[in-house]
Amino acid sequence: MVPVDYYVGLSAVLFTIGALGVLIRRNPLIIFMSVELMLNAANLAVVAFGSVYKTFSGQIFVFFVIAVAAAEVAVGLALLVEIFKSKKNINVDDLNSLKG
Amino acid sequence: MNSEMIVFLVLALVSIASALGMVFSRNAVYSALFLVLNFVTVAIFYLLLGAPFIAMSQITVYAGAIMVLFLFVIMLLGAESLPPSATLPWQKPLAYVLTSALAVEALYLVFTRARSSELVTSPDASLNSMESLREMALQLFSQYLLPFEITSILLLVAMVGVIVLVRQEKAGQK
Repeated sequence: MVPVDYYVGLSAVLFTIGALGVLIRRNPLIIFMSVELMLNAANLAVVAFGSVYKTFSGQIFVFFVIAVAAAEVAVGLALLVEIFKSKKNINVDDLNSLKG
Repeated sequence: MNSEMIVFLVLALVSIASALGMVFSRNAVYSALFLVLNFVTVAIFYLLLGAPFIAMSQITVYAGAIMVLFLFVIMLLGAESLPPSATLPWQKPLAYVLTSALAVEALYLVFTRARSSELVTSPDASLNSMESLREMALQLFSQYLLPFEITSILLLVAMVGVIVLVRQEKAGQK
């Protein structure tokens, strides 16, 4: 028996670590991974509440979030590969113009 | 303290440590492997919460497909470790201050409004049967049919978009 607040607290901690990663890292790949961590933290809270209220809606929402995250990662990584091809560098500090 | 609580605390420790390892690793490949560990611990949390289908999707889609894609791109671009840059030197301390404020706020709200009466009951055998999966599938394909179809269109659009983005332009075609 674990109170649901523990799951929500853990989810909050993981989300904060993800936000920290987005703010302090300069490697766009690690920024992407931190975004994935934040999505995962939110999923954990949703499944925890769905489990408490004995409904499948939480699980179905998490299923959609996983599918959308897969699409997002595919497009994001393709963009990174293209940026690397044109600039030979993916440091986010150097990506300050929209023109390729 | 019951056994489920002990499992929860140990797994929570592992997941927080692997998340911190992901953020602070110098090498992006280590970051990706730490993130895989984190995804697997979250999948075990889903099992504890009585969501076996989501746990398995988590492992196949996140730990399997997405992280393999990440590792491919890290090694393709040779982006294991980028040289540190000196722009915005005040950004890191500010980021630490802001995220600790966020953490304190979130934990304060979670634990002052704690509803400890609401316990996550341990999944019994009925949850791991085919029957519960059947029920979830029925709901997914009746009440949530439209979002499901929209998701499939989204995946198709992403696939076409990726192919268009990374396509090699033919010589002479501008």
